[in-house]
Amino acid sequence: MEAQYIYIGLAGAFGLFMAWGIGANDVANAMATSVGSSALTIKQAIVVAAIFEFAGAVLAGGEVTSTIRKGIVDANLLQGDEVLLIYGMLAALLAAAVWLLIASKNGWPVSTTHSIVGAIVGFAAVGIGIDAVQWGKVGTIVTSWVVSPVTAGFIAYLIYKSVQMLILHQDDPLVRAKRYVPVYIFFAAFTITLVTILKGLTHVGLDLDLRDSYLLAMAIAVGIALAGAYFIAKIKPDPKAEKSQHFYTVEKVFGVLMIVTACGMAFAHGSNDVANAVGPLAAVIGIATTGSITAKSTLPVWVLLIGGGGIVIGLATYGRHVIATVGKRITQLTPSRGFAAELAAATTIVIASGTGMPISTTHTLVGAVLGVGMARGIDAIDLRVVTRIFASWVVTVPAGAFLAIVFFYLFKLILP
Amino acid sequence: MANVLANIFGKSPVQPLEKHIDIAYRCAKQLNAFFTAAFANDWVTAASVRDEIESLEHRADDIKKKIRLHLPKSLFMPVPREDLLELLLVQDKIANRTKDVSGLVLGRKMQFPKEIAEQFLEFVDRNIDAAKQARKSVRELDELFTAGFRGAEVTLVAGLIEELDRIETDTDDKQAALRASLFRLEKTLDPIDAVFMYKVIELTGEIADMAERVGRRLELLLSH
Repeated sequence: MEAQYIYIGLAGAFGLFMAWGIGANDVANAMATSVGSSALTIKQAIVVAAIFEFAGAVLAGGEVTSTIRKGIVDANLLQGDEVLLIYGMLAALLAAAVWLLIASKNGWPVSTTHSIVGAIVGFAAVGIGIDAVQWGKVGTIVTSWVVSPVTAGFIAYLIYKSVQMLILHQDDPLVRAKRYVPVYIFFAAFTITLVTILKGLTHVGLDLDLRDSYLLAMAIAVGIALAGAYFIAKIKPDPKAEKSQHFYTVEKVFGVLMIVTACGMAFAHGSNDVANAVGPLAAVIGIATTGSITAKSTLPVWVLLIGGGGIVIGLATYGRHVIATVGKRITQLTPSRGFAAELAAATTIVIASGTGMPISTTHTLVGAVLGVGMARGIDAIDLRVVTRIFASWVVTVPAGAFLAIVFFYLFKLILP
Repeated sequence: MANVLANIFGKSPVQPLEKHIDIAYRCAKQLNAFFTAAFANDWVTAASVRDEIESLEHRADDIKKKIRLHLPKSLFMPVPREDLLELLLVQDKIANRTKDVSGLVLGRKMQFPKEIAEQFLEFVDRNIDAAKQARKSVRELDELFTAGFRGAEVTLVAGLIEELDRIETDTDDKQAALRASLFRLEKTLDPIDAVFMYKVIELTGEIADMAERVGRRLELLLSH
């Protein structure tokens, strides 16, 4: 049957385009702070982001992809009519992509995740039937959109408070920073490695028991912390740029930590957002090749590879400009503050990825930045903009849904 | 392309406030050259120094306007926006008083008695010292924001403000002594000139007063 190739081809093209968009826009959120604080050059940032976004997508992107693919629409209602789901998933991808284009042209702060979830719910509820939506699961997802920024904010608040108490409020912040920052590096590396091992690695065929998982995460984290300590030891105060408290050099020390959390953030971002592009693609491939969705087909790894690859291409072609621009505009997020925000956000996102929750990575990061602000860490946050960001999904979900419904009926008319 | 993360940060008032006090101090500093020229009856030089004072005062005004413009009520900051605006206001007055006093002296081409010239210049210099110490204190603002207005940095700034207070007290003493000297001479002077000399002394002394108020405002920030 020729039609399947058309479906897979279309889904592949749309999915790749979505992945490209994610790489072009959102990766800047993870890397810009490191570039802005000159902890990384733009080239290093691209390399780091490419590696970790890709690794995150392929290693830990499976759970969320599975949610997008078959967690929102109840496939059991579709026996014999599976092609509707193909139209729907294609429509959802196109709808999300179009909505994101419109939004970014107008400068609206919308989330990829909200667009795609809205689109899938839209075509399922209207195109197939209101019962086709697994409302319970959708409810959980929407709840996670509220919970994730709050959680990230709370963690960020605690982390930054500890930085203030242990380092910034002391008489000798530089000495303290050199002592404690390797410990933070250890915790950052440990948390992210552990969640990945526990939640992500099973589908790539690596299955460790709990004790081994902890030991492996511990070993990796110790290694990274030692490497960090080595670089930190080499940092010398710059007498010209200094005042008595050495905050300038303290930030340089935190810059090393920032590189680790930036890697974690890129990894977390890849693990959650890749699903927005390849979740629908995976669904289309599943139905087109096996003829049904109920078949317990596992997610082909090459689908995640496409997603990860698309993100890297987006990053390399367009994302680097965004990183450079954003980096210049978020200089308030110095390494000591930026790391707290990134670590909190990355931890929250990686946990969400492990449990298959498609959350907005951007909202989570904004929540984390607010958390640092609550700890009196940030010079000035514009609350008007923050409100607008958090309110955006109220518009984005219906908009994605509406567009998806339009495309759904269009595909039903024109596709075989 | 709008990036969400970049947009949530308002414009930080810290660097502009530090820039503003720097200009205000540089403006006040001109008073030494100005009075030196005035005492030497060199009104050409005095006028050109006065031009410099005016242009610095304008720059301070411009920065002040920009800071206010970028400090909307919706900003979430570690310290109240009102306190920062008050700090800005008293910083600006350092430049304003400098402009006022130089304008008055130049406008009337005031001839100060030779006997008090040296004492007067010392008084001016001490006022400039106060402005300089105010600048030194405000320049810690970025470090204060980094430290979240707690801990060792607060102690450090409190020390700077104490020194500022000492300098201001010193200017008060010098001002009293200067007025006493002028009082001893005033019978020999033209009455209107004498009145205005008192006025000039008072206006000059207000530079240190404003510098001290900069310290008070900073102290308020520390107590948050």
